[in-house]
Amino acid sequence: MSQYQEFEHDVLVIGAGGAGLRAAIEAAAAGVRVGLVCKSLLGKAHTVMAEGGMAASMGNVDERDGWQTHFADTMRGGQYLNSWRMAELHAKESPERARELEAWGALFDRTPDGKILQRNFGGHKYPRLAHVGDRTGLEMIRTLQDHGIHQGIDVHMEVTVTRLLKDGDRCVGAFGYDREQGRFRVFKAKAVVLATGGLGRAYLVTSNSWEGTGDGHSLGYHAGAELRDMEFIQFHPTGMIWPPSVRGILVTEGVRGEGGILKNNEGTRFMFDDIPPLYVDQTADTPEEGWRYVTGDRDARRPPELLTRDHVARKIVKEVQEGRGSPHGGAFLDIAWIKEHIKDSEAHIKKKLPSMYHQFKELAGIDITKEPMEVGPTTHYAMGGIAVDPDTQMTTTVPGLFAAGEVAGGLHGANRLGGNSLSDLVVFGQRAGEHAARFAKENPSYSVSEAEIEGAAVEALAPLERGATQVGPFQLQFELQTMMQNKVGIAREEKALSEALGTIRQIAEQLAEVGSGGNRWYNPGWHTALDMKHLLTVSEAIAISARERKESRGAHSRLDHPEKDAAWSTFNHIVRKGADGEMVIERRDIPPIRQELQDIIEEEG
Amino acid sequence: MKSATFKVWRGDQKGGDFQTYEVELEPGYVVLDAIHKIQAEQANDLACRWNCKAGKCGSCSAEVNGSPRLMCMTRVEDVAGDGPITVEPMRTFPVLKDLVTDVSWNYEVKASIQKMTPRKPDFEDGSWKMHQYDVERPQEFRKCIECFLCQDVCHVLRDHQMHGEFAGPRHFVFAAQAEMNPIDVGDRVVQLREELGIGYCNITKCCTKVCPENITITDNAIIPLKERVVDRSYDPLAKLARAIFGGSGEE
Repeated sequence: MSQYQEFEHDVLVIGAGGAGLRAAIEAAAAGVRVGLVCKSLLGKAHTVMAEGGMAASMGNVDERDGWQTHFADTMRGGQYLNSWRMAELHAKESPERARELEAWGALFDRTPDGKILQRNFGGHKYPRLAHVGDRTGLEMIRTLQDHGIHQGIDVHMEVTVTRLLKDGDRCVGAFGYDREQGRFRVFKAKAVVLATGGLGRAYLVTSNSWEGTGDGHSLGYHAGAELRDMEFIQFHPTGMIWPPSVRGILVTEGVRGEGGILKNNEGTRFMFDDIPPLYVDQTADTPEEGWRYVTGDRDARRPPELLTRDHVARKIVKEVQEGRGSPHGGAFLDIAWIKEHIKDSEAHIKKKLPSMYHQFKELAGIDITKEPMEVGPTTHYAMGGIAVDPDTQMTTTVPGLFAAGEVAGGLHGANRLGGNSLSDLVVFGQRAGEHAARFAKENPSYSVSEAEIEGAAVEALAPLERGATQVGPFQLQFELQTMMQNKVGIAREEKALSEALGTIRQIAEQLAEVGSGGNRWYNPGWHTALDMKHLLTVSEAIAISARERKESRGAHSRLDHPEKDAAWSTFNHIVRKGADGEMVIERRDIPPIRQELQDIIEEEG
Repeated sequence: MKSATFKVWRGDQKGGDFQTYEVELEPGYVVLDAIHKIQAEQANDLACRWNCKAGKCGSCSAEVNGSPRLMCMTRVEDVAGDGPITVEPMRTFPVLKDLVTDVSWNYEVKASIQKMTPRKPDFEDGSWKMHQYDVERPQEFRKCIECFLCQDVCHVLRDHQMHGEFAGPRHFVFAAQAEMNPIDVGDRVVQLREELGIGYCNITKCCTKVCPENITITDNAIIPLKERVVDRSYDPLAKLARAIFGGSGEE
């Protein structure tokens, strides 16, 4: 038998970004014993990277805003494949979640009358994003962290979970290892919350950190949970592209919210060329109207740079393909031009976008107050994820297993609006924590099987026992990322997607032979070999779902089916593990929307 | 510059030594890129922490050519000289393996600092009235990414190893953001003097120099806190006033 340390909690939260921390805080407040597992040190999760802000219709800057408008904007952005109930809850509850952060120490930027300031962002009708310069994610995670450490939560830092433990259908804990010494840990729990974030590391060019390997998606899938909408991967239109070392690092949409414009190598502001029908009425006709919008004119309409991310990303790719790209294959994003309108533009830009200034100055040698940035799409966010009950966040098929934040699917549909992620984390983190605690209280008894633990231990040790191999884990990861970038990226077609599925199977076979040298102490080679299983699972789910959806909608673009097709708007794709272990895909009808919500969508236009 | 020689400290709690690696460079390479390349191609088990690779998470702290830096924000061309580039773990904390150190002490100190407690909300919806000028100063402190480079360079910790009696610059910045939060009703002045040892800081400003977020740690956080401690503990008039009118403080 393998050796392991055992821990027992009522609620185990896996992942300590915004959603995990918020869930843990809520569960602890309900009076149960909570364990919180984080893959890195506490406070380092990918939430720190979020820049622009948190969407909440507080109406501090424009009192016309309200939850109804936020709801309608979210549904339109998601091309109506969203869970309408999640979109409703999210719009209604995010203002309270924002104010609560202030009570816990967050200090958002302020309006002249002393309230939380809100900024414009793509797809949001009114200025709606509570923010702190361009470091809102850091403010949020630090606030939750600093509040959370006083709530009696047991934090397990630098621990990676490799498998969920089951008792029949029910999830009753998790198996993992600590990075420091490679010791195994068994967590027994009455309820488990997955809050593991995203899967951007399946691609070569990504804004995600090493942690974003789709662990939660894959852990849930292998434990019997359903994945939905996996074809929808958000390619954020503005990532850094030069020098190669920084390729993929995010350039906040806040640059465009503050007036930044996109230009091609001919100096043309190409975003004005092609406005999607859904947004024609909401988009400025002239650059002059666009400028008035970003400077707060309530009668002006938003500039086309603030259209949804899927559209902006595709437009940049088109400019590059047609030979009008920037020197390193992107577009120019120019904020320096606002000097035409603002006297002290240099100080203004540094105040509004301090980390962007810093990032380009230090890493690319570019002064964004004087010159344009070069930007291009970067893999940013998974709209799809584990299928959950909208109210409780419990998975549709595994009792006792909950999911919140990026790892959960439903809120964003086919495309996420910027700013809706930070609010998603706290709205559904809170709900998952509350309902996981309730489930734990109502279902106190369970058992954990020794055989399952032993199986997990054998699986985890295998790459290390094979020792160093000719092709190592990093090479295999690189091979997968390159293939996903080329074949399951921003522009897709049947043939390439089928080839991708073939390559994924082939890499999975290779993985069974790959080993890593060294010992169990803090061994990144070994850890990467174990993460590969998750990357392969999510890659397959993305490719299968993308091949199945024979239309273009939201973030999913098919070269062989370039049009949106109404026939594809009535169901979601569900992926689950079949009886023989093969991945199965099916269609599930979207439940009929409540009439009052349908009315809101129609009224808001 | 096509390639560079790196001397990377490899070892664990029992000891270790520098090992030499030759790395082919791409344009714009930062030190973390070079470490990753070594890890992928020459030493799969080379341990280092990193997350965002954009100077926002504060994970990849190390000493490059002897200076505390974030590896992700240090361009190779800026540190390359005639000899090899040395990369070693932060020396103020116990090493775990290679470039990874045990920084858990920082988390313990932070948890010991009195938490933020808000006053009653100003508005019915549970929110507060705060102006931008009210929040500007504590916002500076909240930029901290907890890279602990200030802790690494602080001589009270590095040379005198006074971890038991001195919280270090990071935690004075943390205490300062709570003390200066406009809605906080907490009071950390006694704790700063008695438990967190702020008096040991003799304002050499080394912490301010290494801060990758350019927080003016010494001038804006530590000195104002020291003034509060001095006012409270040593000002005879204030002491007299407290004796007559009451109020918190020490007797």
